[in-house]
Amino acid sequence: MAFSNEQLERYSRHMILKEVGVKGQKRLLESKVLIIGAGGLGAPAALYLAAAGVGVIGIADADDVDLSNLQRQVIHTTPDVGKAKVRSAEESMKAINPEITVHTYRTYVLANNIGQLIAEYDFIIDGTDNFPAKFLINDACVLGKKPFSHAGIIRFQGQLMTYLPGQGPCYRCVFSSPPPPDAVPTCRQAGVIGAMGGVIGSLQAMEAVKYIIGQGELLCGSLLTYDALNMEFRKIKLPRRDSCAVCGSQPTIIAPFDYEQAACEVKG
Amino acid sequence: MNITVTGSTKEYPQGLTVAQLIQLEKVATPEYVTVSINDEFILSATFAEKTLNEGDHVEFMYFMGGGR
Repeated sequence: MAFSNEQLERYSRHMILKEVGVKGQKRLLESKVLIIGAGGLGAPAALYLAAAGVGVIGIADADDVDLSNLQRQVIHTTPDVGKAKVRSAEESMKAINPEITVHTYRTYVLANNIGQLIAEYDFIIDGTDNFPAKFLINDACVLGKKPFSHAGIIRFQGQLMTYLPGQGPCYRCVFSSPPPPDAVPTCRQAGVIGAMGGVIGSLQAMEAVKYIIGQGELLCGSLLTYDALNMEFRKIKLPRRDSCAVCGSQPTIIAPFDYEQAACEVKG
Repeated sequence: MNITVTGSTKEYPQGLTVAQLIQLEKVATPEYVTVSINDEFILSATFAEKTLNEGDHVEFMYFMGGGR
């Protein structure tokens, strides 16, 4: 594949980097990333991956844009209120970079569709806002041997980790099962500072890009935590849990399944 | 004895258990915190009897469910 003059100009700041170069940019253009959730985390991740020239970006979300989303979900604008989030996200991504392909999935991601959804992608970004979805994505990616970036944000805090197939640890190694509904506050109940999605979602995009170009150290075996009030990043070493129900030596989870969700949190 | 908890080293009483440390450090959701000592996960069922030793590195990991 030869680069057009326009591509050479568009991606010049990438291609000048020795870690990216022509080869890395070619890899980005040929890569496929799925973003689950077009919200606080998914918005910056989608924008940066589109700008980076990731060839195919899948975006899954069942909701419409709400006015209360706009404090942090920078991929949507005020005139988008009421529009399907995946449509609004697609328009923003295509506006930044018309040469990428965007696949939209206006659906909740559940056990009955996740396997098919992740199958055609190289890397998955968890930008969801609830524990049932986070555990589902973990299980499906472990079982489907897909690398993914997990993240969570609340108030002035955020954290993320990256799972690599066969290397682990996975999210379930750290947290063996979801907390009961309403035991741990959600952003809707507790709030979240808007820029937190920007910080952590951009770091998820960074992990995807590094994975695709094959450079640097991924957050595999590490949980990166960010406390904005103290302005402190910490990298916590994560061991594998041999007794993990999905990636351990004797797994009991052999197919993705849905946890019940707190009714008030079905809509993000 | 000195223990490093979430990156800062402080003096703690001898024979301190993980459950007592969780209380001392005012962990917000003690029932749902994941704990590692020297990069090994500790089963939550053993928090009450697991004692800490001089030089241990303890980390707390919290559920963060938000994202959209």
